[in-house]
Amino acid sequence: MSTAARGAPAGRPRIFLVEDHAVFRAGVKAELGEAVEVVGEADEAGAAIELINERVPEVVLLDVHLPGGGGHAVLRGVRPLHPEVQFLALSVSDAPEDVIDVIRAGARGYITKTISGPELLQAVYRVAAGDAVFSPRLAGFVLDAFAQGSVPAAGLDPELDQLSPREREVLRLIARGYTYKEVGRDLSISAKTVESHVSSVLRKLQLSTRHELTRWATDRRLV
Amino acid sequence: MGQWEPPGGGWGGANERWSSRTGPGEGGRRHHHHHHPGRKLRCLRRSPDNRVFGGVCGAVSSATGIDAMWVRIGFVLLAICSGVMLLVYAAAWLLIPMEGESANIYSRAVNDRRGIRLVAAVLIPVMIAVQVITSTLHVAFVGFIGWPTFLAVGVLILIWRNANESEKAFIDEDVVPLFGPDTRGEGRRWLLARVAVGVLIGAGGIVVLVEGHTTAAALRPVGGAALVVAASVIIFGPWWLSLVRDLIAERQARALAEERAQMAAHVHDSVLQTLALIQRSSDDPQHVVRLARAQERELRAWLFEGRPPGAIGDDATMLAEGVGLLQRQVEADHGIAVQVVMVGDCELDEALRALLDAAREATVNAAKWSGADQVSVYAEVEPETVMLYVRDRGRGFDPDAVPEDRQGIAQSIRARVSRFGGAAVIRSAPGEGAEVQLSMPRRERVR
Repeated sequence: MSTAARGAPAGRPRIFLVEDHAVFRAGVKAELGEAVEVVGEADEAGAAIELINERVPEVVLLDVHLPGGGGHAVLRGVRPLHPEVQFLALSVSDAPEDVIDVIRAGARGYITKTISGPELLQAVYRVAAGDAVFSPRLAGFVLDAFAQGSVPAAGLDPELDQLSPREREVLRLIARGYTYKEVGRDLSISAKTVESHVSSVLRKLQLSTRHELTRWATDRRLV
Repeated sequence: MGQWEPPGGGWGGANERWSSRTGPGEGGRRHHHHHHPGRKLRCLRRSPDNRVFGGVCGAVSSATGIDAMWVRIGFVLLAICSGVMLLVYAAAWLLIPMEGESANIYSRAVNDRRGIRLVAAVLIPVMIAVQVITSTLHVAFVGFIGWPTFLAVGVLILIWRNANESEKAFIDEDVVPLFGPDTRGEGRRWLLARVAVGVLIGAGGIVVLVEGHTTAAALRPVGGAALVVAASVIIFGPWWLSLVRDLIAERQARALAEERAQMAAHVHDSVLQTLALIQRSSDDPQHVVRLARAQERELRAWLFEGRPPGAIGDDATMLAEGVGLLQRQVEADHGIAVQVVMVGDCELDEALRALLDAAREATVNAAKWSGADQVSVYAEVEPETVMLYVRDRGRGFDPDAVPEDRQGIAQSIRARVSRFGGAAVIRSAPGEGAEVQLSMPRRERVR
């Protein structure tokens, strides 16, 4: 894939797998093949934190659901010590509140396990380069979370607690299944600009203090 | 292309005018769009959603980009300065076609032969009768007022016949009550009282007439006029009756045609789709049996319980539930992954069920003909509309090259949503995949 090649870092990225299904771990390793260097794997949160802090990989592929505290526990155990380690969240079950939790804890992206091999590789390269990776589903969750109460409450920072119209447009196209390149073509902007919009959304998501975000998650949990 | 057409069906855009537009730097990639919320329209079109009276100001607003409120304020000010603006408004209403229609009311009225015949048949004899009566009674001023009145009535009848359903509903609901009360309950009593008063006044008039002349001489013109009316009824009566009968037949034929179109859409969705599936899986007898059984169940439900086949959301009450059902159904029937992304949710009503049915049709079409292994469905509930996108990365097709008479999209997708005021847009180019964009205005708006 040309885009993947362009975004590829000089060497093979060193990645770490945190995933409790051995079959899936094997599948991911087979799909990524020689393009990456798998420096380790873990099937529960405690062991993952220990090993990642020891080996300091470039990218951690992190299952949202994990025995021993879930994906965000791993993030909280690693980020303070090694902020340079990038996390890419993976999941099948997609409970929105879990996904938003992991993103707010510092993951650079979220993809579903149905993703194809080349797409997964591209996502790993992106995250390794510090870019954000939004799957259609994550874009939908974020739009949903920010749609609630579009009028910012008093005391909130509108810069952080609202999406700009352009960001909303970008997210909408991603949610519709467009790639960054296609989003760029549709909006007549470069893929790089699309990336910067997505990164800024990610930043808002992580820094936002709006209680709507929490309330949205709690509402979801009750359903 | 070609792969995208099911046997006996496919993407066809009958009666639709695609406006093509090529995006910057996109070479051969074509965009096809019909009216799409949020996009600027190139020509004047009246919108059924954005109107106070006929939607003329709304049309001007969406063509120029000026806010509709300012256009309306400007218009009202101009109308106060000069009454001519009211005539301009009426003319614009007649000449600007409704969104999604190609002909304006004026051109349809002019081409409405049957309507013109009807108006002529009723009004000309009535005018002759009135002329005769007024001249015998020596009240010429009635004729002076009468002629323009009759002309106006005729024109109004023609306009009414050629306005579309939503405008008829608007006229029925908002304009007719100005002239006559409805004929139910309170209104009926009011109507009776009015008729009674009218008859009394009329009788009084005859008494005054008779008193003004010597008895015999006064009765003669009145009697003569009555004879003329009777004669015209005898001469023109059968003609009027046949015209009325024609009119009723015409209405019934239209209802029948609508019914047929709905039936065709249903059969296409269910039976034809299943038959096509059976042909493709003839080497898997178990699958064929399962398909046939499911189709039988569905047909029975339709014929004997009145449930439309292929309808999703019968069991669902919320949009997200319905989309989930759609996903499971298509994944089970066609072995393709359907990726669903939902933003917001709302209760399902008739219109949104139609939207879901159209979305299912689009998803099934993509599953069968695109060659892609995944279809993305994205639904977003906005305060005023629900948007639904069905996208695949398959082989795509050229919407312009699809024969006009094909069933698939023309009937099933577009007709389904446009019946409830929704819209369908298809974007595709060979090798680029396809995207069906559906939108439906919400009945219950969030306030």
